[in-house]
Amino acid sequence: MRAHGASGTRSTLIAVASTVVFAVVVVLVVSNSPGWPEVQRQFFNGEFFRESLRVIPKAFLLNVRIFLIAEVFILVFALLIAIVRSLPGPVFFPLRALAIVYADFFRGVPTILVIYLLGFGAPALQISGIPRGELFWGVVALVLVYSAYVSEVYRAGIDSVHPSQEAAARSLGLSQAKTMRYVIVPQAVRRVVPPLLNDFIGLQKDTALVALLGPVEAFRQSQIEVASNFNYTPYLVTAILFVLLTIPLARLTDWLVIRDRRRQLALGAAR
Amino acid sequence: MRKQLVLTLVLAVFVLAATACGADEAATPTAAGTETAAADPCAKDQLNLKTPGQLTIATDNPAFPPWFQDAEGAPWDPTTDPTKQGYEAAVAYGVADQMGFADDEVKWVVVPFDNVFKPGPKDFDFDINQVSYSPKRDEAVDFSDSYYDVEQAVVTLKSSKFAKATSLADLKDAKLGAQLGTTSYDAIVDTIQPSKDPNVYTTNNDAIRALKNGNIDGIVVDYPTSLYVTAVQVPNATAVGRLPAEGQEYFGLVFEKGNPLRDCVNQAIAKLREAGTLDEYAQKWIEGSAPPVLK
Repeated sequence: MRAHGASGTRSTLIAVASTVVFAVVVVLVVSNSPGWPEVQRQFFNGEFFRESLRVIPKAFLLNVRIFLIAEVFILVFALLIAIVRSLPGPVFFPLRALAIVYADFFRGVPTILVIYLLGFGAPALQISGIPRGELFWGVVALVLVYSAYVSEVYRAGIDSVHPSQEAAARSLGLSQAKTMRYVIVPQAVRRVVPPLLNDFIGLQKDTALVALLGPVEAFRQSQIEVASNFNYTPYLVTAILFVLLTIPLARLTDWLVIRDRRRQLALGAAR
Repeated sequence: MRKQLVLTLVLAVFVLAATACGADEAATPTAAGTETAAADPCAKDQLNLKTPGQLTIATDNPAFPPWFQDAEGAPWDPTTDPTKQGYEAAVAYGVADQMGFADDEVKWVVVPFDNVFKPGPKDFDFDINQVSYSPKRDEAVDFSDSYYDVEQAVVTLKSSKFAKATSLADLKDAKLGAQLGTTSYDAIVDTIQPSKDPNVYTTNNDAIRALKNGNIDGIVVDYPTSLYVTAVQVPNATAVGRLPAEGQEYFGLVFEKGNPLRDCVNQAIAKLREAGTLDEYAQKWIEGSAPPVLK
């Protein structure tokens, strides 16, 4: 807190005044626009808002389910890819190359395309023993795409661990694998928790793309409502639900960052 | 805690602003059909057109048979030269003719199905794209009278156990699918009422793909579309049956809300219906051997 006494009061007043002016200008511009009554009726309709609340939250549970299942597989799969990419020595070149190609490919192709191609393409092969369910393929597509992103996050974490850590571990007699398992990965993962959660917020939103394959999740349910009423208010309800799901994760990320910093400070003080 | 005070005030301002917006309940004036007492309001030079002397008609791209087709019977691209083939093409040119437009005074524009109902002015005089009338839809846009009365049909693979369904009850355990925002979807929910939640697809093609893949047991489409699906798109599929018409479902031409042109188009449609021209078009482009109506 730099502001004290009179100057503090003054900056408070300025902040309030500028906010009021800003809000008033926005309200005036929007509510005086020629299309506002129409937009208000189409996008901010109380009756349709309540009607949507009856059906959309139920459909939203499917988004949460897809998200939770995909997340578990992504955490494991992406770490494997990151570790493969960090393998030393010329012997492992083919594996490293494969991991690089994988990450490049699935980060490059739009998620919507991966979902379409896998969701409609894979079951079309009619291979017995491979599930045909659209939810299965929707989750597989999300896991493939987001593992590519998350593996890069992990890799950044692994690279950020100082080489002296590895050297020290090896000199203590730990094998390459044990060094990774007990020294490098634990430090790496802790460092990348915030960007990791950031990717998961992206994943939460992209669960809506699974609707393309047929299952009715929140976005699709809102589209159904919009189509049958020709009123866009249900989209607002869905947007609010997604934000409500995202906020706890965002705050958790903040809290983890702060906690981590506190611990490091405490360590520094103890020394 | 000065920071908190600022925050609270800022929040309060926003809440006030938001409620102010909400309270601003402006009465929306609906354009009253102003009719000049002078000459015939439906004379060609009196019409309320986007471009004078030209009838601008919208549909989606591609436009599918039996509604529109090119010379080879494939879907028609409205950005190419009109072929005037297909039921809706016939209706469009029939209406234009009744209103005094020559064929080359009809101009086509592409408007995706979803955009037909967006708030705001329209770039077309009317849209012809198999849009079913419903009272709720009628609040956002204006509909003409019926140019086609619609039934829905259930399509399954011939190998499916539901292919032999003879009643609605036989379809209770089927996993069905339909295109988003269609009355086909409403027919599943309201008429068939299956025990499994239906799947919803962005396009009919996606629903058909899912049917082929075995993700769903059947799709519901309107009957004329089912003819095309079973004949061309999925030859090993069959139309199990038609669904009893719930109330009066029909396709209407879509107009910008309050457009007085609608009344003149309605007159043209009425003339086509009385002369039996609409039936001729339907016989020519749509009718085939129809499956039974499921009850």
